[in-house]
Amino acid sequence: MPVTSVTKDPEALTLTLVADFPVPQRRLWEAWADPRQLERFWGPPSAPATFTHHDFRVGGRAEYFLTLPGGEKWSGAWKFTAVSPIDSFAADDGEANAEDGDMPMSMSFAFEATPTGSRMVSVTRFSSVEAMEETTPGMEAGLRAAMPQLDEVLAG
Amino acid sequence: MVVHREESEESLNQLFRALADGTRRDILARSITETPSVSELAAHYEMSFAAVQKHVAVLERAGLVRKRAKGREQLVSADRVRLRRASALLDFYESVWRRRVAQLDDVLLPKED
Repeated sequence: MPVTSVTKDPEALTLTLVADFPVPQRRLWEAWADPRQLERFWGPPSAPATFTHHDFRVGGRAEYFLTLPGGEKWSGAWKFTAVSPIDSFAADDGEANAEDGDMPMSMSFAFEATPTGSRMVSVTRFSSVEAMEETTPGMEAGLRAAMPQLDEVLAG
Repeated sequence: MVVHREESEESLNQLFRALADGTRRDILARSITETPSVSELAAHYEMSFAAVQKHVAVLERAGLVRKRAKGREQLVSADRVRLRRASALLDFYESVWRRRVAQLDDVLLPKED
């Protein structure tokens, strides 16, 4: 079980996740740097991700779509705000057609070597509760099959 | 679906500015468990009533607390509905991330079959 801790702060609207992997830091970084590997873990099995673009440098964008169970596609994009191989990167995240600087979510990732392999610390930060709810419909469609608890979340 | 987009950048700034101050975090914590008046809050801090009032106003603008008048008092309460919504959505994102990490683990350590 590679997830070491999850910290949620509903006041600051952040989610911090720490995960440890038994592989070297460079190997962990490569999984994020290589779109073919990235698409194997970004989307859920029911809605796999296809990355059409992955310009992994500051100011560059990644563009992807999830293929939903009905065949419909949901497009998303990241805009990289920091990239420091093999230690860290940060990106704003939103729908593919969102204007720059208008993305409802930001993510930062730090990677470090540990005695047993490598550690990833990811922080997801939402601009508002409304932004969280906005990003949910795209995820909802893709995750519904895999996530029976979703209806409960959306109802609450 | 994209109704609130235009305010997201500014509301993010407001939120972080609001939470960047220790007194304001303390006021927020106190107003989650009870509904203190501004003067009750002011008794906890070595600063003027007006200064505490300003802190409450910053929290209010960030949508973290609400104020209502009771007689001549101003009662402060954390926006529990907002916090509950945020908390439920964070639970959802936690499950998204747990699933991603499990899949990433499979990418990093291909299982022999």
